[in-house]
Amino acid sequence: MGSKAKRLRPLVYVLLAGYALVTFIPFLWALSASFKSLPEIVAGGMNIIPKHFTLDNYQTIFKQEPLFPRWFLNSAIIALSVTAFNLLFNSMAGYALARIRFPGSTLMFYAILGMIMIPGQLTIIPSYLIIKYLGWLNSYQAIIVPMAAQATYIFMMRQFFINFPRELEEAAELDGLGRLGMFLRVVLPLAKPALAAQTIFIFMGAWNEFLKPLMLMSDKAMFTLSIGLNTFKGQYISFWNYIMAASIIMTLPALLIYVFFNRFFVKGITFTGGK
Amino acid sequence: MAKPGGKRRGMEALAGYGFMSPVILILGCFLLLPILYAIFLSLHKVNLLGHVSYKFTGTANFERMADDPRLWIALRNTAKYALIVVPCQTILALVLAAILNMKIRFRNFFRVAFYLPTVTSSAVLVLIFMWIYNRNGLLNYLLDAVGLPTYNWLGDPTVALFGIMIMNIWSTAPLFMVIYLAALQDIPDSLYEAASIDGANAWQKFWKITVPQLKPVTFYVLVMGIVGTFQLFDQSYIFSAGSGGPNNATLTMVLLIYQYAFKNMDMGYASALAFMLAVVIMLITVVQRLLFKEDKAN
Repeated sequence: MGSKAKRLRPLVYVLLAGYALVTFIPFLWALSASFKSLPEIVAGGMNIIPKHFTLDNYQTIFKQEPLFPRWFLNSAIIALSVTAFNLLFNSMAGYALARIRFPGSTLMFYAILGMIMIPGQLTIIPSYLIIKYLGWLNSYQAIIVPMAAQATYIFMMRQFFINFPRELEEAAELDGLGRLGMFLRVVLPLAKPALAAQTIFIFMGAWNEFLKPLMLMSDKAMFTLSIGLNTFKGQYISFWNYIMAASIIMTLPALLIYVFFNRFFVKGITFTGGK
Repeated sequence: MAKPGGKRRGMEALAGYGFMSPVILILGCFLLLPILYAIFLSLHKVNLLGHVSYKFTGTANFERMADDPRLWIALRNTAKYALIVVPCQTILALVLAAILNMKIRFRNFFRVAFYLPTVTSSAVLVLIFMWIYNRNGLLNYLLDAVGLPTYNWLGDPTVALFGIMIMNIWSTAPLFMVIYLAALQDIPDSLYEAASIDGANAWQKFWKITVPQLKPVTFYVLVMGIVGTFQLFDQSYIFSAGSGGPNNATLTMVLLIYQYAFKNMDMGYASALAFMLAVVIMLITVVQRLLFKEDKAN
């Protein structure tokens, strides 16, 4: 038995390495194109390492497309604000639902559970009309405010706080802290793992969001990177060197966050994954 | 504490509502209200010119669906897509998770690496794949190198949806892999030990213990996969520049709703379609949750 398992071992590594290659090749291929000149791309060589390594593509997209830095900024403003609001609001609500007794709290908890099940497609059109009515089209708040709280993460925070040791709050109460002081000074600092998991998911979601900016932003200066990239594709058809350089720039922030925080990911997925 | 009970309870209630107020406002205005508004819209003909005005048309928007050929194309595409993508990504996720669950070196590296596509924006992924799929692209080069026929992946209606399928299997399987991986930790070692004593080999253990034990999770993964195919939008929008082409080959339900709402400005009919889609998705999830709970109780 044991020897057979040992003989299988190299096969397992071959499979894993093979699949890692399948995962990496599209990214490497894009990265490689972003450092190649257009003539080299058109010539159709299959070399991953560029023959004539160049940074021109990156320089060109910033120079010729003055809106590109603006799109980056828009994405950053939106993703960071959405993340900050969610961390605060979802934690507040999760804490209230887990720990504070008030009339209607049970009803609110079930309402939030129900909202998790509502598919986002249902609210696309009415949300658009409401935002239009508010005069928010082509503004940051059009995306930030509706995304500032999310039922899934309210539920996640509630589950986290419900297992929180009660003694800490009792001690804080003896120290004369009210609910707000207790929440800000005792509870939130201890909720770091849950907040970290939330940060990653919400930032990624907002950074990569496509449909909302597509329908709410028609002014080119208010585009986010995801929409900007799509117009870029239409504008620079077959200039794959530029398109790939722009794609790499959009991927980097999310990639860095992922690499640094990946251990929180697994926790978050298994949690939100209905387990 | 020292405070009288009544006052204390009042303070607690005040704190409770205070803590809930941002969420009540946001979800109330941008989730609850839109849901009611969606139902209202789906029963009206909406005129967007000048002031928004509504004309009550009863169930006319819903009746219209039966004679909408593009709806049937979108549904057929979704069905075709689900039939291929859901089984493939589920099997791939299970196999990857089972391998990663073995005592291997660099396990964490592989997990982090495999998960990479899931965190990348769909806008970027589609562009990268279009670059790979273009006529002189990497995929055709590789196909040609091993003697297989090459295709015009972006322009040929017979293979365009297939291109999106490959991309989505590749980018969604890792998410389900992580869910499987977590579920694998919950299978008691004693089951495997008992099987070893009975002389079972690794293959038998996988089929007789792992797969049956993972049944509820597999069910969850399948249902989530199907729901995901109903919600497909970004990929087909970018791939076809919003048209659902070539020749409606990449038209999906959500893309159809988007086109009716924002291209034809027919918000009433688009809302009715969105309403139907939401009902179908919610029914599927509710059934899954009920069955899943039962499975857990047993």
